[in-house]
Amino acid sequence: MEPLLEILHDLHPDTDFTRETRLLDDGILVSFDIVMLVTRIEEEYGVLIPAKAITPEHFNSATALYALIRTLLEQDD
Amino acid sequence: MQFTSWAFLLFLAVLLPVYYLVPKRMQWIVLLLFDALFVCAAGTLGAVFMLVTIGTVYGAARWIDALFFRQRSRIAAMKQTHTKEERKRERLRFEAKRRRVLIGCLVVNVGILFALKYGAAIGRLSATLFHTRAFGSELMLTMGISFYTFSTVGYLIDVYRETIPAEKNPFRLALFVSFFPLLVQGPICRFLDLKNDLFTPHAFSDERFLKGSLRIAWGYWKKLIVADRLLVAVKALCARPDVYRGGVVLLEMLLYAACLYADFTGGIDITIGIGEWLGIGIPENFRRPYFSKGIAEYWRRWHITLGEWFRTYVYYPLSVSKPMRALSTKLRRLGTGVSRRVPVYLATMLVWALTGAWHGSNPTFLVWGLLNGAVILLSEECKPLYARFHRRFPRLTKSAFYRGFTVIRTVLLLSSLRLLDCYSTVGDAFSAFGSMFTTWNWNLVLFGGIQSLGLKWTDYLVAGAGVLLMFAVSMLQRKGPVRERILRRGPVIGVCAILLLVGTVLVFGRYGFGFDAGQFIYNRF
Repeated sequence: MEPLLEILHDLHPDTDFTRETRLLDDGILVSFDIVMLVTRIEEEYGVLIPAKAITPEHFNSATALYALIRTLLEQDD
Repeated sequence: MQFTSWAFLLFLAVLLPVYYLVPKRMQWIVLLLFDALFVCAAGTLGAVFMLVTIGTVYGAARWIDALFFRQRSRIAAMKQTHTKEERKRERLRFEAKRRRVLIGCLVVNVGILFALKYGAAIGRLSATLFHTRAFGSELMLTMGISFYTFSTVGYLIDVYRETIPAEKNPFRLALFVSFFPLLVQGPICRFLDLKNDLFTPHAFSDERFLKGSLRIAWGYWKKLIVADRLLVAVKALCARPDVYRGGVVLLEMLLYAACLYADFTGGIDITIGIGEWLGIGIPENFRRPYFSKGIAEYWRRWHITLGEWFRTYVYYPLSVSKPMRALSTKLRRLGTGVSRRVPVYLATMLVWALTGAWHGSNPTFLVWGLLNGAVILLSEECKPLYARFHRRFPRLTKSAFYRGFTVIRTVLLLSSLRLLDCYSTVGDAFSAFGSMFTTWNWNLVLFGGIQSLGLKWTDYLVAGAGVLLMFAVSMLQRKGPVRERILRRGPVIGVCAILLLVGTVLVFGRYGFGFDAGQFIYNRF
């Protein structure tokens, strides 16, 4: 989870990503951030988040996003 | 059939009692029949194109669904007898089949839209290049095709992505595609957002009826008192780019900003209100867009459903696609900053080029789209600079004055870009914009000039009062929906508010109610 929080912090240093639960709904993460985030996640974790998974359900909180990364990693295995 | 016609009001007056009097399980069928009437009234050619869309998308979605089912059965059967690699190959084979079905259907439907939007422009180009007779006509662009094609394509992609299963009943899909309130100017809806409300039985509710009526009355108020009035002046200004220059162009920009807001949001108010009458929740398309502090924020608050559509079905798939990632990897030697930015930049510019192209075949729309994309990217690059400025002047940047400045700056920037929508050529738009800085004619703007635009002083006073009321309502909306607050005071207050709105429309509505009201501006897209 730490690397993910670091990536998120790089994008928005003023946001507390451990608490926010409406990142996409409240416009904290915008489309630019999402693409940057997907690229950085691929570099860090080696998984590609497919376009169909870019939804509020997966991107509204760091926890939900990390759960998605874990699921994708398990699928790869 | 326009929202602002007597025929449409009669259409609603017949639909509503029938909708609530028939057995509830038949409601969606009644709605479908009225949709068919609405579509046919707009022209048989439009009905034919819509039938082609319904037929092809229904067939393709069912086919894709069947391929998913066959894939699962096949892979399950292979589990004991085949290796992981072989199963993967089989899965990829099915994926390729599904992709072919999807692309085939997209080519047909986007092709129809493209041919209708660009047919006339291609015809003119071919006539110029090859000295042949021009073919095609702008009149071929049929009612709501831009809106329902996007909604339907969204549905098909959702089935392809397994976000939703394919609809088994073609008539239900037909209802989604042809749902009449959405055909005038959207919003662009997703099947999964509408399907429950469209097919669930609804009992009549006084409360919902009142709520919908208030929204509809407010929509007509904005359209007939403000938009149609200001449009007369805007059209007069746009028609003579050689005459109206300098300060008049600034006036034109502001009049068009108010006019377009009243027109588009007014139409969406009517659409959402009709949805409430029928018990069908239609998504909001605006969130007080003129209060945005930047252009990117504005586009998240104006025509929300179109922006979401492009983000979901074009921007994200493109920016995380294999070729884009490969390009990004190749560019790593130029630095991570460059390689990470390239997908974002390319996808943004392509989406904005498409957004411009969606609005029409005139090159002005393409330039408008590309300029929007460029400004968004530029402001994104300036973010660190803004952050430094905010850190350096924290008291100033948190003040109401600074917030007001950023809002006015955004409105002026967007209004400048919209000049491309006002003029028929890119050159005229740029020349008009430039003249604001070179031609000093404020006496013409303030004394006499605006009286020659087809409106009287009283018209400007009424429109000005209308704009002030829209502004006041937007300010009040910051603390929650105004409508809910009115209706919370009781149904009598609600009815009085509706009567007041209808009364003022009857007195001040442009040309009188329903006489010669114009079509909604966004209907031409």
